[in-house]
Amino acid sequence: MTQQELITKINTVLAEEFEVDAAVMTPEANIKQTLALDSLSLVDLVALIDGEFGVKIPTADLPQLTTFQRLYDYLGERAL
Amino acid sequence: MKRVVITGLGIWSCLGKTLDEVRESLYTGRSGIVLDPVRKQMGFRSALTGYVEVPELKQALSRAQRTFMPEQAKYAYCATEQALRQAGIDADWLDKNEVGLLYGNDSSAEPVVRSTDKIREKGDTTLCGSGAIFQSMNSTVTMNLGTIFHLRGINLTVSGACASGAHAIGLGALLIQNGLQDTVVCGGAQEVNPYAVASFDGISAFSVREEAPAKASRPFDRDRDGLVPSGGAATVILEEYKHAVRRGAPILAEVLGYGFSANGDHMSSPNIDGPARSLRMAIERAGIDRREIGYLNAHATSTRVGDSREAQAIYEVFGDQPTEVTSTKGQTGHEMWMAGASEVIYSLLMMKNDFIAPNLNFENPDEDSARLLIPAQRVAKHFDTFLSNSFGFGGTNASLIIRNL
Repeated sequence: MTQQELITKINTVLAEEFEVDAAVMTPEANIKQTLALDSLSLVDLVALIDGEFGVKIPTADLPQLTTFQRLYDYLGERAL
Repeated sequence: MKRVVITGLGIWSCLGKTLDEVRESLYTGRSGIVLDPVRKQMGFRSALTGYVEVPELKQALSRAQRTFMPEQAKYAYCATEQALRQAGIDADWLDKNEVGLLYGNDSSAEPVVRSTDKIREKGDTTLCGSGAIFQSMNSTVTMNLGTIFHLRGINLTVSGACASGAHAIGLGALLIQNGLQDTVVCGGAQEVNPYAVASFDGISAFSVREEAPAKASRPFDRDRDGLVPSGGAATVILEEYKHAVRRGAPILAEVLGYGFSANGDHMSSPNIDGPARSLRMAIERAGIDRREIGYLNAHATSTRVGDSREAQAIYEVFGDQPTEVTSTKGQTGHEMWMAGASEVIYSLLMMKNDFIAPNLNFENPDEDSARLLIPAQRVAKHFDTFLSNSFGFGGTNASLIIRNL
């Protein structure tokens, strides 16, 4: 899978799970605001990433995943 | 004591997803029982079940709301939405008035199984997801309905085994009679997934008449061989009479009496004295003569001992009085936590439409059911008062008496 294919897949699964338009998920956009995540649904993001990409995000890493670009990079290093 | 009336009904069951569909199914004697091949693959002794469609709520509720809802909460949402609509209660009214919620539910197995599987597979509790805890709790239905509909009165799940729905209605009526609430959303919900009833199947409680699903549930029949699990949800809106009149609500019926008792002996095998005391208490509290009861909706689940003991209890209380007795479980199977509420609705639909649905598959009586008047065919009859029985594991009993208005 290329980096672009990974980004497309991330956007697709997040759009489907959190019921938002994939077009709003720009690299600089804030993940929590864009996906309307609260402390509970953040848990669903972690579970979704594990299920779809086999990458377990430790709680300690969550604060650094502020934008979609950071998530792409984070998963790019671990899933590709 | 204040009077308690019913101003709204809602149902989601194997007999239909609207009151009209359910009334038609009752009228024609249609069975809601099917064979579920998945259960056979899972090692079930009996793959028979009521068939209930899981509603798609994507348009009605947000993702966040749906995340917290197990199957039975979705049924309960649909039933409650219908009931509130019939009662003329909208979101604006709910925001301005205190409304209580008492709903029967006594399990939420599937979310527990799925969470446990996930923890065993991954070794990480986070991966259960955010909804698992709220779906797994026994109070899941009242938690979900309370937050979705903004209900701000009493909020309590009633877990009384297969009498849960009836106790919920009875307790709601008591709160209103005593002036503690003006309006209470009552009901019962039952999950239908295989995990919910796998261990129940394991104690050989279910009918194995798999070659003819519609013939499997046969309450009071001599050749009955066990119950058929089923489910869904049923909601009844209870309201204080003058409150309902002031609101201009449709007043459908009155809750006249609630009787309850416990057997206090065997875990699964009912006795005669407990149910008989429940019946007598309901009649006494209703302040009526038993001859005024024009129809009795029995608990009878199609088990050998349960139906026999109930028939004896009914005979002990009613004697030779020729009141029709049927169990709608011949059509629905056993809706368990939901049954006490759904059977009030089934009976009310019959009362409003001047018929008694057939006791499906009642072909030959046994010595106990032979002493009751059990119609195997639909009866055209006008009646204004009915009694509905619900009994449960551990020996909990409830009887409700409802009068037409």
